[in-house]
Amino acid sequence: MQTPILEMQAITKEFPGVKALKDVSFKVARGEIHCLVGENGAGKSTLMKVLSGVYPFGSYSGDIVFDGEVQRFRSIRDSERAGIAIIYQELALIPDLTVYENIFLGNEIAQRGLINWNETIKQAKQMLDMVRLSVNPEAKVRDLGVGKQQLVEIAKALSRNVKLLILDEPTAALNEDDSENLLDLLRGLREQGVTCIMISHKLKEVISIADSVTVLRDGQTICTLDAHKGEVNEQVLIKHMVGRELDNIYPKRESQGFGDIILQVRDWNAYSPALGRQVLHNINFHVRRGEIVGFAGLMGSGRTELALSIFGNPSGYKLSGELRLNDIPQHFQQPEDAIRAGIAYVSEDRKGNGLVLIQDIKQNITLANLQAISRHQIVDDNAEIRIANEYRQSINIKTPSIEQRVSKLSGGNQQKVCLAKWLFVAPDILILDEPTRGIDVGAKFEIYSLMNRLVSQGMSIIMISSELPEVLGMSDRIYIVSSGRITGELPIEEATQEKIMYLATL
Amino acid sequence: MSLQQVQEQGRSGSFISDLQRILRENIREYAMYIALFVIMVVFAILTKGVFISSRNLSNLLNQTGYIAVLAVGMTLVIVIRHIDLSVGFLAGFLGAVAAIALSSWGLPTLIVIPMVLILGILAGLITAFPVAKLGIPSFVASLAGWLIFRGALQVVTAGTGTIIISDDSFNAIGNAFIPDIPNIGILNEVHKLTLLLGVAAIAWFVYSEIQNRKTKISYQFEVLPFEIFVLKLVFISVVVGAITWILANYNGLSWTVVIMLLVVAVYHFVSTKTVLGRHIYAVGGNPEAAELSGINVKRIVFIVFGSMGMLSALSGILYASRLQSATTTAGTLFELDAIAAAYVGGVSAAGGVGKVTGSIIGALVMTSLTSGMNLMSVDIAYQYIVRGAVLAAAVIFDVYTRRSS
Repeated sequence: MQTPILEMQAITKEFPGVKALKDVSFKVARGEIHCLVGENGAGKSTLMKVLSGVYPFGSYSGDIVFDGEVQRFRSIRDSERAGIAIIYQELALIPDLTVYENIFLGNEIAQRGLINWNETIKQAKQMLDMVRLSVNPEAKVRDLGVGKQQLVEIAKALSRNVKLLILDEPTAALNEDDSENLLDLLRGLREQGVTCIMISHKLKEVISIADSVTVLRDGQTICTLDAHKGEVNEQVLIKHMVGRELDNIYPKRESQGFGDIILQVRDWNAYSPALGRQVLHNINFHVRRGEIVGFAGLMGSGRTELALSIFGNPSGYKLSGELRLNDIPQHFQQPEDAIRAGIAYVSEDRKGNGLVLIQDIKQNITLANLQAISRHQIVDDNAEIRIANEYRQSINIKTPSIEQRVSKLSGGNQQKVCLAKWLFVAPDILILDEPTRGIDVGAKFEIYSLMNRLVSQGMSIIMISSELPEVLGMSDRIYIVSSGRITGELPIEEATQEKIMYLATL
Repeated sequence: MSLQQVQEQGRSGSFISDLQRILRENIREYAMYIALFVIMVVFAILTKGVFISSRNLSNLLNQTGYIAVLAVGMTLVIVIRHIDLSVGFLAGFLGAVAAIALSSWGLPTLIVIPMVLILGILAGLITAFPVAKLGIPSFVASLAGWLIFRGALQVVTAGTGTIIISDDSFNAIGNAFIPDIPNIGILNEVHKLTLLLGVAAIAWFVYSEIQNRKTKISYQFEVLPFEIFVLKLVFISVVVGAITWILANYNGLSWTVVIMLLVVAVYHFVSTKTVLGRHIYAVGGNPEAAELSGINVKRIVFIVFGSMGMLSALSGILYASRLQSATTTAGTLFELDAIAAAYVGGVSAAGGVGKVTGSIIGALVMTSLTSGMNLMSVDIAYQYIVRGAVLAAAVIFDVYTRRSS
């Protein structure tokens, strides 16, 4: 066997409080398509960022040998110069520039600072031929579909004589035709000697295209499988991806049976004018009183979009279908309406749209329900302090004072402030979007216990989570979401990590 | 801050070291007061006391009025991450409308003022419409307003040029002083009602500060060490007392100052004590979070721009009344003075931060510079440069202290 084009040895990368990569080894043979799979948070993206110099040499330990030489990339420029190109899910093209301008952006064909546009366009055409894209190089990128934009990105990489092409979930935003087209192109590039690493959650694609597959889990290399020896199939991959033992960190709750159906959603479709595509297709589900319903799926599968479309639709999707609350049809125009009707939504993005970071704990807790502590529109400061102190004690927000700015709290305590805000509203249905992302085990346990307490009081919880053990540990019933569709519903007795992962990667 | 830490602080050190620590920790809040104080002292020395003479100080406050009310509204506009450039010519235009209503139509002041204020609210709502409903940047929407109101001002003053206002009650707003109580034998030569109001204000301030401190202690919140608390009360009381005394030795409080104080009081109350105020600051701090918390962000934009329009109208009334006429150039550059005052007063362009009271101090800083340099006969060209430098220094200081905290 030839020497591998890339060998990453004993890579360890730490973030404050977390070891994202533990002693990872990763080897890619010259001229192959190597797929990298694993759950969200397994360390795939971190590993690729180490490789491409986003995390510079010195911020990790271990060695990178690329093309026979030990590399010390200090920036993305360094790795590009060595012949590595990385294409992210969010494309890095400038929409208002033309295709040819984008392809040669940062790599202009110029003499003494003057760009030779004719030569640029000519070479751009060659690049577009290589990726089999027949568009006018003078078209604006904005006017191309996502699939074609992806090809322009690849053309841009090829124009820099790339030796190793890394694609991070390239087909996530593509329809089936575009996906198939892209995979064909990758096979074609393989013929021409370009090595390719592809991160993907779609296991069928992986199986159809990979020469070898490496599975990461919890920041460690689990195994590398060779497709040509018949080692790669769906069951094997799923087994390796989820093979973690289920820890017993989920507090038990006494199930006293569930009440009536409180929320019913039928034939629910959402079209996003901003993205120019359908984000939800024919969603049907229901939630009963006192039930925790898990929504499992991978990131970007449409779960957050679903939650927001129910919660007053702040993103302005065009909706169709039926939403019934206590058997009464509802048409929420804005989150305010949904809140009044008894729905609360705890965002997955605490800092982005959950909290007002520059304000203090008490102001954040009362924000969604100021009327409750006001008379004649004047806020009663003392009542606010009392309420905030109550929640500080009842859900154990660790802080020297409720006048502390929330930006200074840890992730777990910030999440508790978010929860307190919505508990103060006293909703019938609480939607928790990734309720324990980025918080420590102790705070997780407290949040799980709180969820149990709430449902025992008759609240219903919709829990969106990418962590399979959490979904299995907390839910009474599970829906699995993939590509904006519900691909399955499992009662908790029948649910396993393997089954969920299978449905989530359909 | 837990009780334990409060106690530790109580023990922590001498009066001086406590004072230094508190000044350092709250430098952002106190800086503009210190700046205003320094500017006044410097000008008092440079003009050999003329600057702090009763007459000049009274004039200075009256000159601040029509910018200060704009700065109050502008603070809230900037807090919700917008800007309104149209306020200057809107003030000019509505001042002219008021002049026409008084002089040509012969309407009484008591009808003209509410009418013009309502027109101001409507104008603000019209500016808000493209911003809230269509997502047009407020810079552009209000720039369009700037052009339109400038044109409108020239249209209504085209026939006569300057419109003279002869209504005495209207002109009193910008030029007259509050009446005095009859002589009672002592202090005959000073304005006794002004003095009385000043004493009442100090008493109310001391009482409410003590109540506030008691509440905070009962909740075990951090409070100033006792000596420093007393120092703060004494210092502010002395400053308010001194200003009251100086004004009382001239003609007393002018109606302009009364209006300005009322506007600040109302806006301070609304912005700190009411649901609406909370919603405004939440929208400024994080519009997405505010929306997901059930706050109607568009409604807040309409309210804040509507209030800005109303204050523009008030500014136009104050200015027209002060000049006793409406001119073709009234309102020129008011918007930039108001924006500068708001920034000097500590508002943040990043949104969600800025006090109404700060913007008044900012307005006073800017007018003091003008007034002081006028007294010293500094050339107008250099005045602009100095004011520009002060604005830049204020914003740089603000950004710098924010980063280090």
